[in-house]
Amino acid sequence: MTASEIIFWFLSVLALFSAIMVLISRNPVHSVLWLIVVFFAISGHYILLNAQFLAIVNLIVYAGAIMVLFLFVIMLMNLNTETEPQRNTWLKVIGVISGGLLLTVMVSAARSAGELSNKTALIGAGDIGLIQNLGKVLFNQYVVPFEITSVLFLSAMVGAVVIGKKD
Amino acid sequence: MTVMQHVWIVLGVLFVLLNIGAGLIWVERRMLALWQDRLGPNRAGPLGILIVLADTLKLFFKEDWVPPFADKWVFIIAPAIVVASVLMSFVVIPFAPGIVVADLNVGLLFFLAMSSIGVYSIVLGGWASNNKYALLGALRGASQMIAYEVFMGLSLMGVVMMTGSFKLTDIVEAQRDMWFFIKQPIGLVIFFIAGIAETHRLPFDIPEAESELIAGYHAEYSGMKFGMFFIGEYLGITLISAMTATIFFGGWLGPEFLPGWVWFFTKTFAFILFFILLRASLPRPRYDQLMEYGWKILLPLVLANVMITGAVLLWLKG
Repeated sequence: MTASEIIFWFLSVLALFSAIMVLISRNPVHSVLWLIVVFFAISGHYILLNAQFLAIVNLIVYAGAIMVLFLFVIMLMNLNTETEPQRNTWLKVIGVISGGLLLTVMVSAARSAGELSNKTALIGAGDIGLIQNLGKVLFNQYVVPFEITSVLFLSAMVGAVVIGKKD
Repeated sequence: MTVMQHVWIVLGVLFVLLNIGAGLIWVERRMLALWQDRLGPNRAGPLGILIVLADTLKLFFKEDWVPPFADKWVFIIAPAIVVASVLMSFVVIPFAPGIVVADLNVGLLFFLAMSSIGVYSIVLGGWASNNKYALLGALRGASQMIAYEVFMGLSLMGVVMMTGSFKLTDIVEAQRDMWFFIKQPIGLVIFFIAGIAETHRLPFDIPEAESELIAGYHAEYSGMKFGMFFIGEYLGITLISAMTATIFFGGWLGPEFLPGWVWFFTKTFAFILFFILLRASLPRPRYDQLMEYGWKILLPLVLANVMITGAVLLWLKG
C-alpha cells in the first residue's frame, strides 16, 4: 500500500465515522462538531486529488463560516433533550419516503459507477484544481452560469437584509 | 531538501514561536508599563524578565478544573483549537529564503482558512462553559470574527492581483522593487484593523471585555487551559505581525548587510510593539459600534480598493 492509499483509507473511514456520529449524537452542538470533522476529511480528499483551491475554499466557506453560523443558531436556541420537538407519525412517513427516494438515486448511481470501474481518479496528478487553471475554465467556458450564481447570491443577501429589517 | 532538514525546520520554527509567545508576556507588561508611566514587573531577575518563568510555572501548577456544569469534552478541546490553528498558519510563512515549512500554492488562502477555524475556540469555549457571561462573550466573538474575516480576505486581494499568485514566497519576491504598502495603503490599514479584531486584542477585545463580561468566553478556564488561550493570543499577535511584514513590508527583503531572517524578525517585532502600543492607548468601542464600523465603513472601502486595483492593473496592461 502506498502512502496516498493509506491516507485515502484513513480519510474515508474518518469521514464515514464522523458522518455517522453527526446522526447519532444526542447533543446538536456535538453533531455540528462532527460535521466539521467531515468537512476536514473531505478537504483531505480534495488535496489527494490535487484540487488545492477546492480543498481550501471548502475549509474557509463550510468549516470556517457556515458551520460557525450553525453553531451560533444552535447556541441561541439552546436545544436540550427536554425541548426536543415531538416526532409525530406524519414526520416519520415523510422521512421514510424522502429517505427511500435518496436510496433509489444512490443505488442507480452506484450501478452506473460499476461501468466506470476501469477508470480511476488520478491521485496527486492532474492540474485542473490549481487556482490559475480553475479560474481560466470558470471565466471562459462557464462564465455565464458563474455570473448567474453571483446574481443569485446577491439576491439572497438582499432578501436576508429585507427580512431582517423590522417594519 | 532531505527529510532531516524538513524536520529541523519544523522543530526550529516551533521552538522559536513558542519562546516568542512566552516572551511576549514580559515584553507586553514592560512596554505597557513604560507607555502608561508605571514600573511594570521588576522583581524576578534582571528587569523582571524571569516573570515569564514564574507565570508559566504558576499556570502549570494551578488546579486544572473542569466545572461540573460544563460540557467536558468540548470544554477541553476549545483551548487547543486556538493554539493549533495559529501554529498551522505559520506553516506557510517564509522566514527567510528557503526557511519555510511548506510553501503552498494556496498559501494565503490557507492562512485565511486557519484563521477562520480559530473562531471555534471562542465559540466552543464560551458555549461549553455553560455560563451566561461566557456565552455572551462567545456570541460577540463569533459575530466579530466572522465579520472581520471578510474584510481581512478582501484586503489581501489587491496584493494577490498584483502578484498573480497566492504563494507567499512569490508575494515577497514581487516586492523587490517596491514594498506593497506603498501601492496598497488601504489594503494594509484594513488588514491590520481586521487582524486586531481577529486576535480580539484591545481595542477590539469585546468578547472578553473584563469591565462588562468578567472575562468573557474564558471566564471558567483556569490552569494550563487558560494558558492555552493566553499563548494563543500572543501567537495570534505574532502571526498577524509576521503576515503584515511578509505581505506589505517585503518579508525577508532588506539591505544586504543583515541576513534575511534578521530583517523578517525586526519587522515582525516592530508590528508586535505597535499592537502593544494600541492596547496602551486606545479605549474599547461599544459592540454595536464595532460591527457598524466594519460593515458600513470597512466593507465599502475594501471593495473599492479591490475594484480600483483591478481597474488600474487592466489599464496598465493596456
